[in-house]
Amino acid sequence: MDLLRFITAGSVDDGKSTLIGRLLYDSKSILTDQLEAIERASKSRNDGSIDLALLTDGLRSEREQGITIDVAYRYFQTPKRKFIIVDAPGHIQYTRNMVTGASNCQLAIVLVDARLGVVEQTRRHSLIASLLGIPHLVVAINKMDLVGYSQDVYSDICIHYADLAKKLNAHQVTYIPMSALNGDNVVDRSTSMPWYEGPTLLDHLETVAIDDEADGEPRDHHPARFPVQYVIRPQTAELHDYRGYAGKITSGIFRKGDAITVLPSGATSTIDAIEVAEKHLDEAVTPQSVVLHLATDIDISRGDLIVRSERLPVTSQTVEAMLCWMDTKELKAGSKYMLQVGTFRTRCSVREIAYQLNIETYEQIEGVDNLKLNDMAKVVLRTAQPISFDPYPKNRTTGGAILIDETSNVTVGALMLMGEV
Amino acid sequence: MDYLDQLESESIHIMREVAGQFERPALLFSGGKDSITLVHLALKAFRPGKLPFPLVHIDTGHNFQEVLDFRDKLAAQIGEKLIVRHVEDTIREKNLKEPTGRNATRNGLQTFTLLDAIEEWEFDACIGGARRDEEKARAKERVFSVRNEFGSWDPKRQRPELWNLYNGRIHKGENVRVFPISNWTELDVWNYIRREKIDLPSIYFAHERELLIRDGKLMATAGGVIKQESDDQVVRRHVRFRTVGDISCTAASESQAATLDSVIAEIQATRISERGETRMDDQLSEAAMEDRKKGGYF
Repeated sequence: MDLLRFITAGSVDDGKSTLIGRLLYDSKSILTDQLEAIERASKSRNDGSIDLALLTDGLRSEREQGITIDVAYRYFQTPKRKFIIVDAPGHIQYTRNMVTGASNCQLAIVLVDARLGVVEQTRRHSLIASLLGIPHLVVAINKMDLVGYSQDVYSDICIHYADLAKKLNAHQVTYIPMSALNGDNVVDRSTSMPWYEGPTLLDHLETVAIDDEADGEPRDHHPARFPVQYVIRPQTAELHDYRGYAGKITSGIFRKGDAITVLPSGATSTIDAIEVAEKHLDEAVTPQSVVLHLATDIDISRGDLIVRSERLPVTSQTVEAMLCWMDTKELKAGSKYMLQVGTFRTRCSVREIAYQLNIETYEQIEGVDNLKLNDMAKVVLRTAQPISFDPYPKNRTTGGAILIDETSNVTVGALMLMGEV
Repeated sequence: MDYLDQLESESIHIMREVAGQFERPALLFSGGKDSITLVHLALKAFRPGKLPFPLVHIDTGHNFQEVLDFRDKLAAQIGEKLIVRHVEDTIREKNLKEPTGRNATRNGLQTFTLLDAIEEWEFDACIGGARRDEEKARAKERVFSVRNEFGSWDPKRQRPELWNLYNGRIHKGENVRVFPISNWTELDVWNYIRREKIDLPSIYFAHERELLIRDGKLMATAGGVIKQESDDQVVRRHVRFRTVGDISCTAASESQAATLDSVIAEIQATRISERGETRMDDQLSEAAMEDRKKGGYF
């Protein structure tokens, strides 16, 4: 069985929690005591109805305010597939939390209120999904019950959204009309919308092809990447010469005998053995965690990147990136941070803010000197040592990086590395 | 790739990040199925080398004997260091007041012993077996959860955690709780135990024992941990434990499931969650777990 991670962003008003509640409830993933607990809590809030949002809002302050603040993870499975729901807040002041949640997802559900159509929030959520390189988008046109299940309303929204999708270069967009409240087209097919012939949401989630890379290339053709996490050296009498490089394959496939290059040093060798839990394999693919052995003794430690030599990544000290700023302290052009890409860390300075991106109008604003919490911008970075990466639109795992404030130690920025300048 | 392979690989990656980013990590081992799974994953991550961390057990003095025996056997078998610290010692040394009354547990006192152990050994990272599907506050916690010197979790100041990049940088005195099986569900753990043929303490499988019925739950009389009251009904039943915590707060489930296959079949069929069925400590209030985590609990 395989695994799909998908994100839904929104607040209670958008029907996000009702949608998740409906998915869990209709797929029989809510257990009796959990349901009883939210029934109890719903009663203590004096409004009688069962509030499915209480299932997802886990923190006291979230329940008190009736909003989602942080990302929560929910798990369910059907006979066909296992799912991780990344349940993210929708408000603009929690954009960084949505970015965090979106980084690992293969599919995003963008909720559209059928009464309102495409609004600012739709544009914002779609942009984040697209910037973070999520390959599949589902436009969930919700609350169809409140527009008389009208096909015209649905078609208008599809036409309107297609415009947006074109601007964002989004390829795989699926439109589903639904009423999460009544359960139309979430798990069970709606009888109120006979004009809709597409899949229900769960049908789609169960059958959509999972490919981690946005460019849709077969996995065998992806560049092979392996950031070294840890060197295993038992140094015992019988394993005196054992030296294994432990890590996780973040892209492509490695085979015994492959010619490899180590970055940033540029040293070359060949793969002598691939081990998983002390068993030898002829090949290993992403996302396996393995141990590599090389034919020659070269100096390799944590932070180095082992790649197959026929397709080298970009290695540079001056790079362009899209940045989502995540700290309450402002970013000023020229400031210095620690950059982490894969297992490699180096200091960097934000040399230039090329433009700030308005995440609702998509307008590029030039002449900006500082960024506030949740701002998105195209920046130019200068790093102390060269960094190796693949452009983010080609590879989300090896093209993503974070910025760490060295004084507070907090993660302050998410970077989608685009290329060399 | 099968989902169990994906989960396994993610957990191994997280353990190796701990080894790569911290000076003095530890693996908190309770003897329950989740921490036994962690040990299994750690062996996969680091063998044929030694584990880069010791196993640490905070013993409340209210553990099942079967679990303690299993703990010692496992540590000896894999030849790794086991550190045990006792809540009873903390109570004596720090002159702590032990909760009394009908359903008293040492659950809260455990935190003191844990924080003392962290200080004594200067642990900068503690690996634990918590899962996000267990409880709604846990569903919100990061894989790398930074705690201050009092061990407190601040849900409003969690670090963004993107892609597979973990930021373990901390100031002196702070430490990080790391949860490699965050994304596993109860059923995933059981399926993995079956696939990998991992040994478990015998109390996970159906057996006959003496119990008392309290508030509708079956509680073990073992070790005299639960003070019997005159109106308590003492019975002998065929039971197994779905989770393994302190005797004082872990209820048994009536069961005939004596093999892994039959235990898994029962768990698949159940309509009650793991902690809901067996844990008295989570049912104190709606935010019981969130409050304990803010106080330094795991």
